Amino acid sequence: MRAIIPLFLFAGLLALLYSGLALNPREIPSPLVGKPAVAFIAELLSDPSQRIDQRLLSAKGPSLFNVWASWCAACLEEHGQLLALARRGVIPIYGLNYKDERSTAQRWLARLGDPYAATVFDPNGRVGLDWGVYGVPETFLIDQRGIIRHKYIGPLTPELVEKDLLPRLAKLRAEQ
Amino acid sequence: MIPEWGNFALILACCLAIAQMVLPLAGAALGRNAWMAVARPAAAGQLAFLGIAFACLTYSFVMDDFSVSYVADNSSVALPWAYKVAGVWGGHEGSLLLWLLILAVWTEAVSVFGTALPRVYWARVIGVLGVISSGLLLFLLLTSNPFMREFPARLEGTDLNPLLQDPAMVLHPPMLYMGYVGFSVAFAMAVAGLLAGRLDAAWARWSRPWTVAAWSFLTVGIALGSWWAYYELGWGGWWFWDPVENASFMPWLAGTALIHSLAVTEKRGAFKAWTALLAIFTFSLSLLGTFLVRSGVLTSVHAFATDPERGVFLLILLALITGGALLLFAWRAPKLRNEVSFSWLSKETFLLINNVLLIVACAAVLLGTLYPLAFDALGLGKLSVGPPYFNSVFVPITLPLAFLIGLGPLVAWKRADAAALSRRLRGAFLMAVALSAGVTALILGVRHLVLAMAVFIAAWIMLSAGVGIISRVRTHEGISGIPRGFWGMHLAHVGIAVFMLGVGVVSTFHIEQDVRLAPGEEVTVGGLVFRLERLYPVAGPNFDATEALVTVFQSGEQVAELKPQKRIYRVGRQAMTQTSIAGGLSRDLLVALGEPLGDTAWSLRVYIKPMVRWIWAGAVLMALGGVLALSDRRYRALRGRAPPAKKLRAGVSG
Repeated sequence: MRAIIPLFLFAGLLALLYSGLALNPREIPSPLVGKPAVAFIAELLSDPSQRIDQRLLSAKGPSLFNVWASWCAACLEEHGQLLALARRGVIPIYGLNYKDERSTAQRWLARLGDPYAATVFDPNGRVGLDWGVYGVPETFLIDQRGIIRHKYIGPLTPELVEKDLLPRLAKLRAEQ
Repeated sequence: MIPEWGNFALILACCLAIAQMVLPLAGAALGRNAWMAVARPAAAGQLAFLGIAFACLTYSFVMDDFSVSYVADNSSVALPWAYKVAGVWGGHEGSLLLWLLILAVWTEAVSVFGTALPRVYWARVIGVLGVISSGLLLFLLLTSNPFMREFPARLEGTDLNPLLQDPAMVLHPPMLYMGYVGFSVAFAMAVAGLLAGRLDAAWARWSRPWTVAAWSFLTVGIALGSWWAYYELGWGGWWFWDPVENASFMPWLAGTALIHSLAVTEKRGAFKAWTALLAIFTFSLSLLGTFLVRSGVLTSVHAFATDPERGVFLLILLALITGGALLLFAWRAPKLRNEVSFSWLSKETFLLINNVLLIVACAAVLLGTLYPLAFDALGLGKLSVGPPYFNSVFVPITLPLAFLIGLGPLVAWKRADAAALSRRLRGAFLMAVALSAGVTALILGVRHLVLAMAVFIAAWIMLSAGVGIISRVRTHEGISGIPRGFWGMHLAHVGIAVFMLGVGVVSTFHIEQDVRLAPGEEVTVGGLVFRLERLYPVAGPNFDATEALVTVFQSGEQVAELKPQKRIYRVGRQAMTQTSIAGGLSRDLLVALGEPLGDTAWSLRVYIKPMVRWIWAGAVLMALGGVLALSDRRYRALRGRAPPAKKLRAGVSG
């Protein structure tokens, strides 16, 4: 009878893995899409004396609002992509540094490069909570009127940028 | 035309794999010799056609045939020649093809070297390998065909991921796969043994060399991966407990347990069911690793592009292969009898503890890897499990394990004499304690507990290995009479000692510092002076870089010249930090170039890593130990003649 235990354990593992497949981490609808950017007032990561609010996100037309942290491995994977996007200059990227330490986060940016036009510092995750941050990284696409148009969960990939983000951006610009 | 030939070769290989699965297994069940005989040509043919398919894909890469989507996604015109070849396994489809090619190589090896095995058993082993091969070939053809064309063809490819453009990354996947896939032989042998209801000493003796060979490859593969992460990711760490790393580490832990458990089954005919279960686990963890990396259920630093449809297919394969084997186990294992007894102080007991600790360690890694997934599946939210969990769980398990390495080899089979054992090892133990206390308390101060442990364990393993070797030389036929398996075992154990010493020293004394330097400025880190001489542009074959020349001085004398780069790859516009390393066995000096700060100054990251290379040297010694054990006369003799039939039946019972 004992010999059948491994089989049961394995069946449990399979069930877990199967449910893991069904949970597509990229397709979670956000109730915030279509609503105005959630209000906040917070310090800049680079300068504690400077405080900014959500109006900055739409001040220069459409923008990306990217939630990141230095402790997040997937952010590192995504980082090169953000740098490439920033270098192309198609859309300003704002950062939300989520549940992080200021010095570690600053060092992270100094080491890997800083793609952000500005980064909001959110050490206790208050801003993130209001924005419904689910995991890190997440990226919000915000239009020129300050409306959240789309939310990407998980790292931005080259495919996602080329096949999804840029077409969406083109549409936003056409609306203008 | 070439990609179509490759595709056709894949289809033929798949047909042969199905023949290799069905006919020998049916032939073994029905006692038809002609059907069983198909095993050999089917395996050879499969190897040939997979070889052709692989050559066709390589050709498409070298010729820049961007009408093949996979080539266009993983190469570019300016990519250096060697990386075009390595690009073949730079993505999902190609690395799966490599996986299958390697499986075909192992199958062919079993088919050629296994002629001394009983015919029915041999046919079953190859049949089971055919099951795995046909499943994965169907997966490749139906969901991830590397020869898929696109029209119109792109003029330029999107380039190989810059992280993978590196010599260690060229070798890492083939080595890792030789290990992963090599465990399929142990798996097939266990399943064949269960089918026959016969798991005896002879079965264990046949399985041992295959398992050790796969384990040695896997050890080298993991070490290469760690070395790559160390200098290519530029974080100065050598292990990150990343899901992809864990995926390769779990089969290694289970495989290590399997090697030890096989020894007991061979020498004493004990632990039969347990050994078979371990063989199933080890290969299943290799498959699980493939699933985790490919299906996208977990995110990782170096995961490939993922696709849920592939995940479902792989999960079904895992369910069929592992589930089938476990079902067979549940049916057959109760009939196996271990008819030997041993006292609590015996080599059997020590190997049992070894197995328990290794499996607990493996389960801890599995738990940490799957916990975020389970948490998510239960709707509790997302989280990530990092090094704090793994270090605090894994280290307490491995320390007693490492301590037992010093004891186990010296304990006799069946029943050992406690007084004699303590007499033999007392000296080694006291010397190890003295060394550890001397190094840490007298020279460095008492606060370095980790280092004290590492020095003690390393000294203990090496000294007790010395005691074991000396007493064996005295009681046996002198040095030349000692079998190579014995030397191999001790060499692998010394590898662990070297590894632990490296980990202890580097984790205690490593220095990491972020500095800001302008050309001509210098900074002192850990007693060394690092001077940024100048910065200049460099053009590589497919990237442009800014290179810095950093000279390092120790008490006025130049000891190293480092040239870290910040690269921008032209096709993808991706930025890469190329660390520069100068080092040797005593220490490594690393400099990574950060970002420009202001007009002329740059941020630099400086690392000093004493004895870090001992970590990989330890892994290499372990693998060499495996190779040495493989060359043991016992296994060579196996090839020549069939073992006497009487011996085979000795283990049948119940």
